[in-house]
Amino acid sequence: MKLTLVTGLTGLILLATIVELLRRRQLREKYGMLWLGVLVIVIPLSLFPRLLDNVAELLGVASGVSLVLFLGIVFLLLVCVHLSWEVSHLEEETRTLAEDFALLRAQIDADRAARDELVSHDG
Amino acid sequence: MVNGKRVLIIIPALNESGSIAEVVHEVRGELPGVDVLVVDDGSTDRTAAVAAAAGARVAKLPYNLGVGGAMRCGYRYARDHDYDVAIQIDADGQHDPRYVPKLVDQLDETDLVIGARFAGEGDYNVRGPRRWAMVMLSGVLSRVAHTKLTDTTSGFRAANRRVIDMFATWYPVEYLGDTVETLVHTARRGYKIRQVPVAMRKRMAGTPSHSPAKAMIYLGRAFAVLTLALIRR
Ligand SMILES: Nc1nc2c(ncn2[C@@H]2O[C@H](COP(=O)(O)OP(=O)(O)OP(=O)(O)O)[C@@H](O)[C@H]2O)c(=O)[nH]1
Ligand SMILES: [Mg+2]
Repeated sequence: MKLTLVTGLTGLILLATIVELLRRRQLREKYGMLWLGVLVIVIPLSLFPRLLDNVAELLGVASGVSLVLFLGIVFLLLVCVHLSWEVSHLEEETRTLAEDFALLRAQIDADRAARDELVSHDG
Repeated sequence: MVNGKRVLIIIPALNESGSIAEVVHEVRGELPGVDVLVVDDGSTDRTAAVAAAAGARVAKLPYNLGVGGAMRCGYRYARDHDYDVAIQIDADGQHDPRYVPKLVDQLDETDLVIGARFAGEGDYNVRGPRRWAMVMLSGVLSRVAHTKLTDTTSGFRAANRRVIDMFATWYPVEYLGDTVETLVHTARRGYKIRQVPVAMRKRMAGTPSHSPAKAMIYLGRAFAVLTLALIRR
């Protein structure tokens, strides 16, 4: 009973945190939806840890709790992979930005040099 | 100038080289005194070059930011260049620039004017889940905005200075954020929203962004986006 209280409370606090972060626009919609989806699965499980016992038996896992642990680790790995992918994407974007910036600066310098030349010819 | 106001037409475009020239020509023909800014959102075709050749100013984003990203860029341009009115028009030719003066007229008493289908003019039909999504969105958003809105995802909108200032600093890039969330946000901050009935045409070239198969997913996401917009502040 005590354990259920601890896990259930943790789930609810996580839920409140994510909803609040979403409300304050600190989380993009796509991540917010992901975490809300996870919590919708996790909270019932935290209240009734034996919920997955039948599924676990079917898969040959000793108890529902170990199945949840296993799935949790797999999920966290996937999240890590996704975040690495996002970071790679961001790096590619800043690279493009930096290139654009350098090219613009080169263009401006060239324009200025051309103008200075014109002025010195005139004068 | 339209009715004594400096007007900027903002056209977000992604791979629309087939229609952008005609759209720009039509706008400049119908509305001689307005400026046109095409925001090319990382197109892989010749959209930017074609638009510039047609006489538009072009802001070329280095990579795709989505309609919301392109629009914020456009509103920043409008704010920095001191326009009275900024009007969004799609690059696919669905919006008829002849309605622009009608939208601008409304801006005297209103802050944001939407050119809306299903409001009596034109015969643009949508069915199935996409229609249900539209009904849900217009029902809820009409209530939030205290005015009848029949076409909440319309990309045909006119904003006055107050709204330009707000959109220049805040404009979501998330899915449906550029339409649904901006409406909620604008209404919540006390700006006045109105719609003006317009007829819309078939797109001139290219492919429509929504296939019937995606309609159901669209409904679900519309619901999620709307819920989120309503709980956000
Ligand atoms: N900046 C930018 N514009 C986009 C992007 N995707 C679409 N657009 C533009 O947004 C406008 C509307 O896109 P459409 O594909 O016609 O969407 P729609 O009008 O809601 O749907 P349809 O009924 O299929 O025409 C067009 O001018 C597109 O060029 C994008 O990723 N970035
Ligand atoms: Mg369109």
